[in-house]
Amino acid sequence: MDITTTQYKHSDLVKVNGRIDSATAPQLAKTLDEITNAGRYRIILDLEEVEFMSSAGLRVLIGTQKTCKRYNRGEVVLASVPKRIYDALELAGFVPLFRFFDNVLDAVGSI
Amino acid sequence: MNSTYTAIYSARFENLDRVRDFVAELAEKCGLEPAAVYAVQLAVDEAFTNIIEHAYGGESEEKIECACQIEKDALVITLRDCGKPFDPTAVPEPDFEADLEDREVGGLGLYFIHQLMDEVQFIFVDQPETGKTCNLLRMVKRKEK
Repeated sequence: MDITTTQYKHSDLVKVNGRIDSATAPQLAKTLDEITNAGRYRIILDLEEVEFMSSAGLRVLIGTQKTCKRYNRGEVVLASVPKRIYDALELAGFVPLFRFFDNVLDAVGSI
Repeated sequence: MNSTYTAIYSARFENLDRVRDFVAELAEKCGLEPAAVYAVQLAVDEAFTNIIEHAYGGESEEKIECACQIEKDALVITLRDCGKPFDPTAVPEPDFEADLEDREVGGLGLYFIHQLMDEVQFIFVDQPETGKTCNLLRMVKRKEK
């Protein structure tokens, strides 16, 4: 799994490549924690290049969403979510907890 | 004729990639659709993770055996460990109505396994030679008709 982060004026873009499982999820959690620990709570997660995500990845997503939405200070939005990843989010009942965007540009513009 | 393929891994998260690739190859060989192949990978990943976390209490050099049997109309996967006996009834179902703040992710792996596979069975096997009880998790994914 590879992670690329880009800091914008009002938000942070996190692009993940590869497989998010119990072996790699801690690395994603660390990256997201670094952003929120810096007081930045508007995060766009670009999942276009994610081939696989288990509940370990879902746990990271929900944990970060909780942190960001607290005190109404921000949110995590999901961009370019592949169908299989979306299906897992749906199976977990997480779809109502996130806003979804077809591409990163729309996501950056709306957050 | 049915054929069985077996692989043995140590209980480490870095082996998730290997066990997922192992079952994916056999699921394809079995003739499952791509979506079903992914479902098998996800179910096996969740089961393997649960064994490491719960049966063995974390990563270790203990073993997890994965056996796949290709049948005419299905793939049968059996994961075997000799860690703590697993009681699936002790795992609460996820609460899908909870607010974000109260949303828990524990139990999601087991829920996924049940949703993704057509048949799920937990079997305990006594090992008289070691005095241990081993856990067998048998999962079946059937081909679409």
